[in-house]
Amino acid sequence: MSAWAKLAHPGDELRQWWGGLSRHAKWLVGVVGFVLVGLFPLFPPPLLNTTGISLGGTLAQFAMTALIAIGLNVVVGSAGLLDLGYVGFYAVGAYTVALLTSPASPWNQLDASGVLTTKWAWLSCVPIAIAITGLSGLILGTPTLRLRGDYLAIVTLGFGEIIRLLADNLEGLTRGPRGLPGVAYPRVGENHVPGGYFSSGNASGAANYGTWWFWLGLVLVAIALLVVGNLERSRVGRAWVAIREDEDAAEVMGVNTFKFKLWAFVIGAGIGGLSGALYAGQVQFVAPTNFNIINSMLFLCAVVLGGQGNKLGVIFGAFVIVYLPNRLLGVHFLGINLGDLKYLFFGLALVVMMIFRPQGLFPVRQQLLTYGRSARDLLRRGDPASRAAT
Amino acid sequence: MSSIEDVAGLHREVHAAEGENLLETRDLTVRFGGLVALDSVTFDIRRGEILGLIGPNGAGKTTCFNAITGVYRPAGGTVVFDGAPLGRIKRHQITRRGIARTFQNIRLWGEMTALENVVVGTDARHRTSVPGAILRSPRHRREERDAIERAAALLHFVGIADRGEQKAKNLPYGDQRRLEIARALATEPKLLCLDEPAAGFNQGEKVALIELINKIRDDGYTVLLIEHDMRLVMGVTDRIVVLEFGRKIAEGVPSQIREDPAVIAAYLGVPDDEVQ
Repeated sequence: MSAWAKLAHPGDELRQWWGGLSRHAKWLVGVVGFVLVGLFPLFPPPLLNTTGISLGGTLAQFAMTALIAIGLNVVVGSAGLLDLGYVGFYAVGAYTVALLTSPASPWNQLDASGVLTTKWAWLSCVPIAIAITGLSGLILGTPTLRLRGDYLAIVTLGFGEIIRLLADNLEGLTRGPRGLPGVAYPRVGENHVPGGYFSSGNASGAANYGTWWFWLGLVLVAIALLVVGNLERSRVGRAWVAIREDEDAAEVMGVNTFKFKLWAFVIGAGIGGLSGALYAGQVQFVAPTNFNIINSMLFLCAVVLGGQGNKLGVIFGAFVIVYLPNRLLGVHFLGINLGDLKYLFFGLALVVMMIFRPQGLFPVRQQLLTYGRSARDLLRRGDPASRAAT
Repeated sequence: MSSIEDVAGLHREVHAAEGENLLETRDLTVRFGGLVALDSVTFDIRRGEILGLIGPNGAGKTTCFNAITGVYRPAGGTVVFDGAPLGRIKRHQITRRGIARTFQNIRLWGEMTALENVVVGTDARHRTSVPGAILRSPRHRREERDAIERAAALLHFVGIADRGEQKAKNLPYGDQRRLEIARALATEPKLLCLDEPAAGFNQGEKVALIELINKIRDDGYTVLLIEHDMRLVMGVTDRIVVLEFGRKIAEGVPSQIREDPAVIAAYLGVPDDEVQ
C-alpha cells in the first residue's frame, strides 16, 4: 500500500485487523485499550499535558463530549437526520438533574420532604434524566420527523434555542441566568477525601475529581458503544442506513421509516441527556449560558471531523474539539492566546475537510450484520445448481 | 435446479391456485394537477402468471405501477390485492402485504454491501426492534442468522454471490439490476413488480434475464413486468395489457396483442389517409 493510499484510508488496515479478531480477542483488546486510556491522566506524557488547566478536568469534558458525539452520530451519521439543536437534549439532561437535586430548585428532592437520599441522589437521577430527554426527543420528533433535510435542520435549531430560552426565562423554576448551584454528585470515598472523590473539593494531584469523572465517563462511553454497536448490527441500524441512503426506497422495501427515525431521535436524545447529567454532576452548577447554540455546532463539528457514522472516529473528533483548545490555553504565539482562537481553528478545519475529505478523518465502514463473519462463508459456498442456471 | 424455496426457505405461503385473481384494479385514475396520467384503468393480475404492462413512452405504465405500490395515491378507483382493498395503507405496509418492486432508475442503498441490501429486504418480515437488538434477544439472533442465510441464498439465486461483500454502488450495472430483484424477492412478495428490468441490457443479458424471470415464475411467484423491449415482452409474458395516453387500449395473450390494430397504431402510428 502506498503512503498516499494509507493517508487516504487511515482506518483500513486497523479495520481489517479488527475484523479478523474473534469475539473474545475483541473484548480483550477493548478492555486493555480502555484501561490504557484510563491511565492517561495519571501518567501524562510531558508534551500532551495541558499546562493551563487540569488534565483530569479536560478529559472529563472529553468523555462527556464523546458521549454526545456517539449520540449525535446515531442521528446524523447513521440515520442522516441533520440535527442542529442537539445541545437542547444536553440541556434537558443537565437541568433534570439540577432541578431534582439543587437546593435552590423548587423541585428539590433532597430536603426533608424529598424522595432522594444524598448518597444516591446523582445516580438515581441519571435514569430519570435519560428517560426525560428520550421523551423530549419523542416530543420533538413526532411532529418534525415528517420533514426532511433543510426543514428538519431548521426546526431542530429552533428546538435548541427554545430550551435555552426557557431555562433563561423561567425565573421561578430555573432561577434564570443565575443558574442552579449545589447539584448532587456521587458520594464515593468520603472517608478519604472531604466530600468524596467526585467532589470539586478534590482538586489536587493527578487523580483529582476531574480524573474521577473522566473514569466514570469512560465507563459510560463503553456502555454507550456497546448499545449503539448492537443496534447498528441489527434491523434497526440497517434501517437507519437505508433511510440515510434513500428514504423512499427504504419505505417501499418495507422499512417503517418514521418509526426508525423516531427511534434514532430518542436514542440520540437519551445519550445526550446522559451526558448532560454527567455535566451537571461534575460542575455542580447549571446555567443557560452553557447551552448556547454554538455548542451544537461544536458537537456537530466533532462528528463531521471524526467521520459521520464511524462511532470510534467521532470519539476522536470529540477528543480533538475538547483537548486542542484546552492544550492551547495559555500558549502564546505572537502575543495571542491560541486557546481563544478555537472557533477560528474549527471553522478552518471544517472548510478544509469539506474540500479535501468530506467523509471525515476516519471514513465509515459500518458493520450492519450480527453474523457478518459467517456471511462470508455463505457467500463463498458454491451453489452450482443456481449458478449454472443464471 | 434449486427453487427459491429451497435456497431461501420461505416463511409464508406464496402460492395459490393458479388462475384466480391476485390483484384487481377497477377504474384506477391518477391525476397530476390537470393532467390525467391514468384514466379508469381496469385489469386483473392472475396468480402465477407473468403479466406484461406495455405502451409507448408516457403511456402511464410507471404511474400505474406507482399507484399499485402506494407511491402515488390514486384520485379514483380501487386496487384489490389478495382479496382485500389497498385503501389508504402506508407504503411499508403494502410491502408487508406482499407487493415488492424494483425501480426503473436503480435505487439501491449505495453505501451498503450487496448482501446488506438484501438483508434489509428480509427485515420486512422481521419483528426485532430496539430493545431486542440492544439485549441481543434470542429472537434477534435467530432473525439475524436467518436473514444472512436467506440473503446469501438469494444472491446465489440471482447469480451475484461473489460480489456480495462489495458496496452496492460499486457493482456493475447489470449486477445492480439483479441485486434489485434479489432485494425485492427477500421481502417474500406474492406479487413481484419489475419496472423495466432490462433497460440498458445487451442481448445476452436480456436472455439471462428472461431465464431468471421464468425461474421466478416457475417458483410460484406472480410477476408484473413493465418493459419496452417487445421481443422480451412477447417472449416471457403470459398476458399483456397495453396502455396509451393513460387508457387501456388492449389486453390479451401475446399473439393477440401482436395482431391488435389499436396496438400497432399506437406503436407505429396511423397512416394519414386512415385518420378519421
